Order: sequence, then structure tokens, then C-alpha cells
Amino acid sequence: MGRIPRDYLINRLVTLVLTVLIAATIIWIIPRLSPVDPAEIALGRMAAGAGSVANSEEILAQLRSNMGIDQPLIVQYLKYISGALVFDFGLSTAAFPTPVSTLILNALPWTLGLMILSLLITFFIGNLLGALMVWDRSPKLVRVAIPAAMVFTSIPPILSGLLLMWIFAAKLQWFPLTGAYSIFVEPGWSWTFIQSVLHHGFLPALSIVVVTFGFWALGMRGLMIGVQGEDYVKLAEAKGLHPRYVLYRYMIRNAILPQITAFALKIGLLIAGQVLVERIFAYNGMGKLLYDAILNQDFPVIQGVSYVIILITALSVFLVDLLYPFIDPRIRHEANA
Amino acid sequence: MTDTSMTLAQKRQARRLRRFDNPWINPKLMWGAGLLLGILAIGLIGRMVWNLDLVFTGSATLKLPPLGFENLRGQAGEWAYPLGTDGGGRDMLALIIIGAPNTLYVGLLASLIGMSIGIFLGFSAGFLGGRVDDIIRVGADVMITIPPLLILVVFQSAFGDVTLTMMALLIAGFVWQSPTRLIRAQVLSMKQSGYVQMAQLSGASTTHIMFREMLPNLIPYLFGSFIASVTTSVVTAVGLEVLGLGPQRIPTLGRTIYEAINAGALIQNLWWWWGIPTLLLGVMFIGLLLINLGLDEVSNPRLRKLS
Repeated sequence: MGRIPRDYLINRLVTLVLTVLIAATIIWIIPRLSPVDPAEIALGRMAAGAGSVANSEEILAQLRSNMGIDQPLIVQYLKYISGALVFDFGLSTAAFPTPVSTLILNALPWTLGLMILSLLITFFIGNLLGALMVWDRSPKLVRVAIPAAMVFTSIPPILSGLLLMWIFAAKLQWFPLTGAYSIFVEPGWSWTFIQSVLHHGFLPALSIVVVTFGFWALGMRGLMIGVQGEDYVKLAEAKGLHPRYVLYRYMIRNAILPQITAFALKIGLLIAGQVLVERIFAYNGMGKLLYDAILNQDFPVIQGVSYVIILITALSVFLVDLLYPFIDPRIRHEANA
Repeated sequence: MTDTSMTLAQKRQARRLRRFDNPWINPKLMWGAGLLLGILAIGLIGRMVWNLDLVFTGSATLKLPPLGFENLRGQAGEWAYPLGTDGGGRDMLALIIIGAPNTLYVGLLASLIGMSIGIFLGFSAGFLGGRVDDIIRVGADVMITIPPLLILVVFQSAFGDVTLTMMALLIAGFVWQSPTRLIRAQVLSMKQSGYVQMAQLSGASTTHIMFREMLPNLIPYLFGSFIASVTTSVVTAVGLEVLGLGPQRIPTLGRTIYEAINAGALIQNLWWWWGIPTLLLGVMFIGLLLINLGLDEVSNPRLRKLS
């Protein structure tokens, strides 16, 4: 334990690089299969703005060379891949001179903040409730109420988001309807700004928490059943240790570990769900950026956002895979076995 | 004991015992299936008794509330449009009758295709091993981390309008990985089991072992995996629709929600417009979850004692 075998590390690294490379390639190929010509979209936008465009053929040719789509496909592809490595996706076509990377950098902290916060809350609540469902000393109410509440955790966060938004923002007006912070507050490290951010972030975070804790609770329940009958738990009980001590230190601590790998498989869906929550709350994150880009047919932004989100997902899976044996010494890497 | 030696009463008793012991008949599974069938029934019966032309824009007064409610303009619900109408004057009931089965159709078709690919690849990987196994395993590992929604967003914004079947095919490209991994793992462990080695020793063909010896044992897992991929497919489809992608001219539950959000239905208190599709989708997902929990009890007998 302690050292990561080289074979395993190489294996995981290859998977990581392949994932990112394949995803980046798919994202690049798809728009090129489409009959839509981005230069014509840009020309159409000009025409819509000015009424008519003279010398449209010349402008089209110029646009094509600006976008680099008059070059051979292989050159385009290599340029794209080397650009993607340093997060250079070119310029946004809708917010024209702004680089895509700037737009993404502005949106990313909001998305990551919301994600990490809601993830920590759900992981804690979900695992605790899942453990309580199996524990034979939990109050009757807990054992009846949690399974009932969990039925609602199968719905995607966008639906819970709509519902919470309607009740708490539109009807009761306890929370703001949209946005990540109040437009009357100057962004900065001031208390009023932080307050505004928390106030605006509460509902989006809650709508994710409500519907995802059940995933952890369900997993934890299954794992706790496995731990329940173990000899060391019986011994701990027989020794007369406090039942709560046995629950936390003997049962949960041993059962919780596989939950961490479950996280790796779930993260893609979690991020996708959050993108949609951000879209309905018009939260200033990647979801809103993506939605606006779809509306404007802003391909560089769509590509960039998709690429970054896939990269985050693949990196998280990679890290979980690498760190897991450090957390759970019982697991040896495949190469050791 | 043969059947002939039993009296009629004994037979009935045995049948009853068997029925109560049958793990496939458990309340979760029944409830879940009931909810899904209910949604299908809305679509099927609705098509017979309701005038579906009301799904066209402008076929009724705009923004009428459901029966028994009043909207902000003081209009009451009408019998002609029992669930109200949306901002384009379309009857909500007709929208649901057409839209709900559409959403379910995309989910079922996508996971059916995904499962078939998964069964094929999983068996090939587990059974053949070697290079084939390596390629399939790495492929599944790579694809499982890519969120389908984002690739599909790129695809649909590049190609514009798609049909329901096309969307299902696209989603199917992202739901084969989990079944592949699951089946591969099961096949690998079964290969070591006594009855498979017995069959091999007695000279059974590979197809016989795969389909007669292994597949029946996999059925609860396959069902569980199938339901899980239906959920993923529907979530992805609804996600695309809510972003304004997906089929543009065919009513679906997700698209109805998209239109409602865009028209500011939340602020205007037009709760029936987004609420009814949301409710139906919620019922659909709860049904799928219950089926999944029920199937868990079938394949994992330790869970049965708990409930």
C-alpha cells in the first residue's frame, strides 16, 4: 500500500487521455458532418444586421479563411486539438471579439462552486440517512420516512428545480427567481455580495440536493446490509460499546468506502443535471453559457463548454481511481493482485 | 412429488405458496409497472377518446386554467379543455396524450438498442477475452465518463431538427457502456462456476453455454440494467428538450416545459403549463425507480427481509 504500481497508473492515464481525446474528436467531427456552413451563419447574421450585404462571395471566402475552414481537414483537426490542450477554442461568434476561454473562465467558478457545495451536502446527508435506514436502533419514524422521501429522489434536478422555484421564488418570494447574484450589488469580496450569492445559490443547490441524496442513501443501504452481519460489528456490540459509536466508527466507516467509487460513475450525470438547473435558474455558470450559445448557434462556445465539462468529469474519475487505494487499504491495485 | 398424487386443495395451496414466495411479485415492482402502464394508458386511451387536433397552436383560448381554477385574467377552466391550455392556445390534455408516450418511446427504444449492444459486447468481452476484451473494456471505460448530454448538445445544435427515432438512436450510443461492463463482469465470474465448467466438459457449444446456461441467470441483472438505462435515456432526452433541442415539431413533455419556461410561465402563475408535464415526468421516474428497487430485491435476496 502507499505506492501506486506503474502499470495501473499507466492504465488509468491512458484511459484519461483517450477519453479526452475521443470526446474532443467527436465534438470536432460532428459539426463538420453537418450541412450547416458556419461562414454562412455569420454572413446571415451580418445581413440581418445591415439589411443586405454586398460582395457576399468575397466576404464568405474571407470569413472561411478567418475561421480556418478553407484549410485541409487534417490541418484543421491538428490545430483544434493543439488549441484544446491549452484551452484555446478561438473567438466566440456571438460575442464576437471575446475569446471562448475568457467566457468559460468567467462561468466556471460559479459552476464548480455550486457543484462542490451541493455534492458535499448530498454526500453527507445521503450516506447518513442510508446508514440510519439499516441501523436497527434508528427511530421508527426514520425507517418509515426516509424510504418514502427517497421515492422522490428519482426525478432529475430540473424538475425539482422548477417546483422549488415556483413555490419559494414565484409564490412565497423568499428567494430570487433567477441569477447568481443581485444586479444591485457590486461583485467583490464584500459581505453584501457574499450574502447575495448565498441567497441566489440556495434554491439551485437545494434542487440538486433534494433529488440526489437518494442515490447515496440507496448505495449506503446496500453496503450497510453487508457490514451489519460482520464479526467485528458483533464483537464491538458484545464488548458493550455505545451503539452510536459502533454505528459511526465500525459500520459507516467500513461501508462508506465503495461509495467513493460510485461517485466516479455518477459525476457525469450530476454535471449534466446541474447544467440544466443552471439553465432554468439563469445561474451565471456553464449551463447558462451553453444555453445562450445554443440559441446563437455559437459553435466555438458550445464546443469549448462541452470539452471543459467532459475534461472535468474525466479528471475527477481519474483522481478517484488513483486516490481510492489510499482511502481503503483493503483494495490493492489490480497489478498487485 | 408428482402432480397427480396431490389433491386439488393441496395443489391450490402449493400454487399460493409459490406465488407468495415468487420474488418477481413484489409490491415495488407492481407499483412501478402500474405507474408506467398508467402513463401509457393515458396515451392509448386518450388517442381514442380525445380530439387530437386540439394540439395545434391557436385551437383554443390562450392560457386557460384547468377545470376548477381561475387564471389571472379571471377566466375559469372549461370542460372543453379540462387541463387548461398553454400560451399558444394548445390543449394541455391533447399535448400530454401525444407527448407522454413520445418521451417514453425515446427512452425505451434507446435503451433497447443500448442493451442489445451491451449484451453483445459484454458477452464477447467476457467470453473471448484477450485482445477483444481489452478493446471493449477500454472502450466502455472511456465512453462511460463522457456525459451524453454534452455530445448530443453539440450534435443537435449542428444538425438542427431531429426525429424522435433519430434522437433515440443518438442516445443509444451512450447507454451501452454500463450493461457491457455489468455483463462482462458477470460472465467472467460465471465462467468459473461449477455448472458452466460442467457444461464445457460435457462438450456443450459456446452458444449453448452463453444462451442456455448463462443468460437465464443474468435476467434480473439485465432487467435492472435496462430500467436504469431507460431512466438515463429519458433524463437525457428531457434535458435536450428543455434546452430547446430535440424534435422541434413533435410535442414532448420536455419541449412543453421548455416553451413554458421561455414564456415566463413561472412568473405569470401559469402553473398548469409546466406543472402537468413535470408531474407526469415525475410519475414516470418514480415508476422506473420502483421497478428498479423491485428488481434489486429479485436479484439480491438479502434486501427482501428489510422491507
